[in-house]
Amino acid sequence: MERIEAVVVGGGLAGLTCAYCLAQEGIQVMVLERGEHPGSKNVSGGRIYLRPLRSYLPELWEAAPLERQVTKEVITMLGQGSSLTMQFTSGKFRESPGHSYTVLRSRLDKWLGDRVVEKGGFVIPQRQVTDLMREDGRIAGVVAEGEEIRADVVIAADGALSLIAEQAGLRGPLAPRHAAVALKEVIRLAPEVIEERFGLAPGEGAAQLFFGSVTPGLFGGGFLYTNRDTLSLGLVLGIDALVKGKPAAESHQIFEAFKGREEIARLIKDGELVEYSAHLIPEGGYRPLPTPYGDGIVVVGDAAGLALNMGITVRGMEFAIASGYMAAQTVKKAKEKGDFSASSLVYYQALLRESFVLKDMETFRHSLEVLENPRITGLYPEWACKVFEQLFWIGEGPKQRISATVWKGARQGMLNLQALKDLLMLRRI
Amino acid sequence: MDPASKLGVDIFKNDQEAHIIICQEICRTCELKPCLRICPAGLYSVNKETGEVLIEYTGCLECGSCRVACPFGALAWSYPRGGFGVQYRYG
Repeated sequence: MERIEAVVVGGGLAGLTCAYCLAQEGIQVMVLERGEHPGSKNVSGGRIYLRPLRSYLPELWEAAPLERQVTKEVITMLGQGSSLTMQFTSGKFRESPGHSYTVLRSRLDKWLGDRVVEKGGFVIPQRQVTDLMREDGRIAGVVAEGEEIRADVVIAADGALSLIAEQAGLRGPLAPRHAAVALKEVIRLAPEVIEERFGLAPGEGAAQLFFGSVTPGLFGGGFLYTNRDTLSLGLVLGIDALVKGKPAAESHQIFEAFKGREEIARLIKDGELVEYSAHLIPEGGYRPLPTPYGDGIVVVGDAAGLALNMGITVRGMEFAIASGYMAAQTVKKAKEKGDFSASSLVYYQALLRESFVLKDMETFRHSLEVLENPRITGLYPEWACKVFEQLFWIGEGPKQRISATVWKGARQGMLNLQALKDLLMLRRI
Repeated sequence: MDPASKLGVDIFKNDQEAHIIICQEICRTCELKPCLRICPAGLYSVNKETGEVLIEYTGCLECGSCRVACPFGALAWSYPRGGFGVQYRYG
């Protein structure tokens, strides 16, 4: 029977970062990954913000296989047949080291897996963990398709669904209201075409978010990220909203309608679909967060619900990486004390609380309530587009003064009790 | 583009064994059937004659949204065995 100091369930960014740090400290670690290689089951939007991570593993990110440095932020409100786009760029986004990069997870995670091996950690692919082992009421290892692997500590890094944290009794199943599903296409285009279409210099990238008519009255939105020679086009739909939504629509039909919008179609024109993927996103925000540790177990990344939709920025990967790092610090300390019980591993939660991870989740704990307000994704974008249409439109008859058009628009859309309430709610994010 | 043709560009290593088992007794009492709407790959369908809920598990993108969306716990849901299922090259 094998015995190891730490076993990590799942080769994503959280699990691999944890394994990397443990291996670096000379702690025996084994990552069990159910895919062909780390990354082969992993999907994200995706863009990563590197600033919060530089202090943790500064040496690592310089060499990582990142796609493009995001220099252009675009937000598009979609009305029915119209749209309003806001674009922002800044010299700060071009500074080196960069602020944010687009990534493709199959490549990034595979690379990080190789770094773990380089540091002396074991990465075992094609091995699914099915059960936890228990001894005297504590977690004592894992069962990987029949094979028992004993460990001082188990790091559950098995993603948003985290069947392992569920088995450990640290959390229940995700509620439909606290999860969204993302549908994504990776579309190949020549780098020069991408740069021309999005107005980018070589190596620079754009990140575009869409909300409004794409998901009429539903909680959700679209995203479009430029990679080196592909685009990541995706749609995020709140599960509860989609299930109850009227008229009934299938998730992939909504995605196709989104793709068919003129605003999207011209950007992906002549592109070749090279991958279709889907992924679950924990949208719970701060409050339904499970306890991320127990006797002999630590939960990291998405598995611990560490993801945050702040409206104009959506984050998960930095939280995953930081939590993996902190889990490793916790395991190192627990090893020194020779105590892997919950009372020792609680240190992990203290580290999370001191860091940007739980601080940001606390600050933005109301964002879900704001974002799932159907008027935010339905009424207001539509209204804004209508006002602009009236401003720009020159019809047959005499035109109203601009101030009158704006005033009339404001009266219709914003100067009512409901809108004022919604505006007040915006202060909470 | 329908989901079936999109799945055609993905790489799957198919297992003989289904990783999602549907409890038909529960599904019969479910009117909403959220699984039909939620699945990004459109893998769920209802057999018109028998009323049974069917799944084409081999095209599963392993997102787990059906497990979250099912209000009655009708799905015995696990990931495909190690090495099987979808293998993302981009992710």
